[in-house]
Amino acid sequence: MEILLAIMTGILYASGTYMILRRSIVKLIIGIILLGNGVNLLIFLLGRITKGEPPIISPELKHFADIYADPIPQALILTSIVISFGLQAFAIILVKRTYKALHTDDLDMLNTLDEDS
Amino acid sequence: MTENIITYPLVVHLFFSIVLMFFWQKIKVQKILTIVGNFIALGVAIAVFIHIWSNGTQVVNAGNWDAPFGIVFVGDMLSATLLLLTAVSGLAVSIFSIVSVINARLRFGFFSVYHFLLLGLNGAFLTGDIFNLYVWFEIIIISSFVLISIGGEKNQLEGAIKYFTLNFFGSLIFLTALGVIYGLTGSLNMADIANKIKLIDSQVLIDISAVLFLTAFSIKSAVFPLNFWLPASYHTPPSAVSAIFSGLLTKVGVYALIRMMTLIFPQDEFLMNLLIVLSVLTIISGSFGAIIQNNIRKVFSYLIICHIGFMIGGLGVFNVLAISGVLFYLIHDIIVKTNLFLIGGVIYRIKGTTNMKKIGDLYHSFPKLSLLIIIVLFSLVGVPPLSGFWPKISLFLSSYNNENYWYFGALILGSFITLVVVAKIWSEAFWKKQPEFSIRKKKFISFGQLYTLQKWQFITPIAILAIISLYIGFGADHIQTLSLKIAEDIIDPQNYIDAVLKP
Repeated sequence: MEILLAIMTGILYASGTYMILRRSIVKLIIGIILLGNGVNLLIFLLGRITKGEPPIISPELKHFADIYADPIPQALILTSIVISFGLQAFAIILVKRTYKALHTDDLDMLNTLDEDS
Repeated sequence: MTENIITYPLVVHLFFSIVLMFFWQKIKVQKILTIVGNFIALGVAIAVFIHIWSNGTQVVNAGNWDAPFGIVFVGDMLSATLLLLTAVSGLAVSIFSIVSVINARLRFGFFSVYHFLLLGLNGAFLTGDIFNLYVWFEIIIISSFVLISIGGEKNQLEGAIKYFTLNFFGSLIFLTALGVIYGLTGSLNMADIANKIKLIDSQVLIDISAVLFLTAFSIKSAVFPLNFWLPASYHTPPSAVSAIFSGLLTKVGVYALIRMMTLIFPQDEFLMNLLIVLSVLTIISGSFGAIIQNNIRKVFSYLIICHIGFMIGGLGVFNVLAISGVLFYLIHDIIVKTNLFLIGGVIYRIKGTTNMKKIGDLYHSFPKLSLLIIIVLFSLVGVPPLSGFWPKISLFLSSYNNENYWYFGALILGSFITLVVVAKIWSEAFWKKQPEFSIRKKKFISFGQLYTLQKWQFITPIAILAIISLYIGFGADHIQTLSLKIAEDIIDPQNYIDAVLKP
């Protein structure tokens, strides 16, 4: 399971980086979304996945006798999903407005160096 | 009453940002409320500063969860100083923005978002939990995305795309670093991480997470080679917005770097050398970028990069003297850089453009204002005894004693080119005869036709910040004492750890 997740994270990072390097703004946004999912998987993976263990430690135990499920990574991922969801929504609107104003999808065309401004 | 005092700045800004939402269409009410809010925030920040100065580091455990498990807010001297500076520049920029930002922008909740931005900044300076730091960074960048794109002009949208992409990418790298460090130490509390990171055998893994953190904060603070988004976007929004961005947004990245390097990765030879190399390249790229630009606001944007290099390098030298120099420079830089963009805004209002080729004769038409501006420009260069001069002594001394000659040379080069650039601005914009150019008609009333009260609202924030710059210059003794105290405090992470974990 872990090796699968690790490969998956790698693929998401690689494809995200590739998409960010493209010139189209829409592909840029897709790249950022892929990268964001990769990060979430990475945190999930680094939180040491366990199966069928409770996230609670019995109060009688003086030390961690058994492996237990760590709930913190999931809380972190939940927060970061919410945040990146908001940002992605903003990004899509921004791209739409930019397209309406500039009539282009090419990052290299975003150089109306308005010296007057 | 005073035990939670360090969270009050957050409460004030949160309260005002929510209240301002209820007056969405009533711009006059919003203007009054935001000024009142910023004055209260300044008062609270002063109270927090005095409280921490006399009682030492304050720790608040959110929800009463004990330190390594819950989120902590830690107010040490570094945080308190930065809170105070945030409040000062926040107030100055809010006074400036009520006259300079056009109503079409104010109608879309400008001030509410502005308070959210200040809330995020205060939170980032106060938190002692690394994931919480990420969340505050997100609050900062979300608010800054709104502020940079509000109004929706063509070049503003272009700048917003570049700004958005790089900052979001930086946040993702920050999150990656955070995941790695959580995997290594199993903790998110900075003090706890600092304790546990000593127990890790594999230096490679520590270096990986350190470099990831460094990349993330370098993007935020525009360190070479991740600096190109800054000059591409900072000149596009209204001057009030670029002022608060240049004063505080890049500096919050520097703050995070200082915290990480002093607390979690101290005395890491590899990182120190990396920081020195990056700082030299940052100074060179920033200063040479500034010298070829003709737009005043773009020149200022490149100077931000150049001076970020000064601070990063001082962090790389890493001794008490160098850190105190960095902190002094940080204090000086926040005030001066905020003021520079306000000045850029005033010049834009007077002439309708900030292109140096198209303006001139400012000294002849506004002699008193020009004299005020020259104080700021000289502080920026560091003409003794003004404020930029004193931190450079510490930086020069410490880099020379440590035999970091590359950084030493870059400091000299950076300071010299800043002088050249300022001389160029002065001779082009202030002394040269006004050249014959037709300037496009603007949507706003030009400076000469404003009411006297409005003119004063333009000048007052610049004057306040200039007076503070003068105080930093002439009262350098106080600031030096303060920065030495902070430097001695943070160079030994044990003080911070003990305050948070209460052994």
